[in-house]
Amino acid sequence: MKYMLLIYNRPGFLEELTDTEREALFGEVGEIMAELEQSGELVGGQALADPSTARTSRGVGGRAVLTDGPFQESKEQFAGYVELDCETRERAEEIALRWPDTRFGGAIEVRAVMQDSGAEM
Amino acid sequence: MLDPEVEDVLRTTGPQVLGALVRRHGQFDACEDAVQEALLAAATQWPQDGVPDNPRAWLLTVAGRRLTDAWRSESARRTREVAVVALDPREPGPVTGEDDTLTLLFLCCHPALTSSSQVALTLRAVGGLTTAEIAAAYLVPESTMAQRISRAKQKVRAAGGRFVEPGPDERADRIDAVLQVLYLVFTEGYTSSAGAWLLRTDLTAEAIRLARMLHALLPDDGEVAGLLALMLLTDAHRPARTDATGGLVPLAEQDRSLWDREQLDEGVALVTTSLARFPAGPYLLQAAIAAVHAEAPTAQDTDWPQVVALYRVLAHVAPGPMVTLNQAVAVAMVDGPRAGLDLLAPLADDDRTAGHHRLAAVRAHLLELAGDLPAARTAYREAARLTTSLPEQRYLDARAARLGEGR
Repeated sequence: MKYMLLIYNRPGFLEELTDTEREALFGEVGEIMAELEQSGELVGGQALADPSTARTSRGVGGRAVLTDGPFQESKEQFAGYVELDCETRERAEEIALRWPDTRFGGAIEVRAVMQDSGAEM
Repeated sequence: MLDPEVEDVLRTTGPQVLGALVRRHGQFDACEDAVQEALLAAATQWPQDGVPDNPRAWLLTVAGRRLTDAWRSESARRTREVAVVALDPREPGPVTGEDDTLTLLFLCCHPALTSSSQVALTLRAVGGLTTAEIAAAYLVPESTMAQRISRAKQKVRAAGGRFVEPGPDERADRIDAVLQVLYLVFTEGYTSSAGAWLLRTDLTAEAIRLARMLHALLPDDGEVAGLLALMLLTDAHRPARTDATGGLVPLAEQDRSLWDREQLDEGVALVTTSLARFPAGPYLLQAAIAAVHAEAPTAQDTDWPQVVALYRVLAHVAPGPMVTLNQAVAVAMVDGPRAGLDLLAPLADDDRTAGHHRLAAVRAHLLELAGDLPAARTAYREAARLTTSLPEQRYLDARAARLGEGR
């Protein structure tokens, strides 16, 4: 079963960390990714550019327009994702609980990925 | 590219060669890698150089060489093994084929492995699919699948999995595991999008191929026959399962003239002979139910009392929430929707089904039959919300929307 881990964090939080804290954080992420690669559970993942560089397309007065900035004005912004293929939802949630960003105000949303296969109704 | 007949030879011979090598040398994982490389070499060279007179011997030789090369490049403690192999000029014994493939299947379905690992390993070592093909079928990157297979082989080794037939106590469990793996592969292949289907290796065809092979190896196993029959009877619906836009068509509404007659006939025949010969286990019973549907020219002609009777036996032999769900639908057709809903009631408290989309979907269907349209609509929407299958979600949303029209 495929799950998406959606990583939200506060832009700029990394700069506020000490060098030690920052390295520890990258180290932890690296360890988790290596573990997922080793186990054959990692399907993919990407980090995204800073939310300030985003532009958003939305409907204004019946037309689609591009506005500067990300979709939502909020402290936490979508920073990237990890896609897993694992045996249980609990395993995906376990990884989400380990993700270090949560110690610095970040949050990881876990959601199943929709499949193309369908049983006979 | 390879001629399909030649590709067939490769895919059948591969596991036989693997079996022979493992029987001789042990080291399942090293042998499996070597055979994999030999198969890839064949796929590259044979189209250019022509198919060798004896494909098995060719594969055996190439794989054997890869194996000794791999050993030579390892540390010094391997030297003794290499010397032993080099000194002994005998080729591995004649490739008997059949026994080895079965033992290989059992090894790939070792209880130490998760079912997705069993599936991956089986498809590669026994199915002869390449890592890339398996990865594409399961929509993961090739490296992910390669790692999964590698880890599976390591786990088998660590668990002491040996290339021997399982003992009589283990054998039944191991066959069960194999059947489960094949069924998982079959259901994974049941996709509705024609586009996706073309890009992904045809897993249903592969599952049926392996089930046929297993049936040939174990002709006196009723569950093996039952699973093959179930797959054939289910796959026969494929041409009628989706409409022009790729939407799901439920069984009751399918155009049965589109069903694959050959598969139906084969499945029904297999069910008939198997029921006469063997005690009825869960797969055979499910196949028998599918056979009742197969024999009804239209949905209205379905012998529902027969289906209900079979579900009663199934519920006794292999009770479980999924059986109850299907049974409820059949009961509704004989005793009315309220009777079916009554059967479902305890499932609302069962952890395995409460909050599961399938329970909501069946309840919705029965509520609709019972004429309670608002409740049916609510249940359809809940099922649509909970399912992770896109085609199912589309179908359930459409059902809900139909009930909402003009109300």
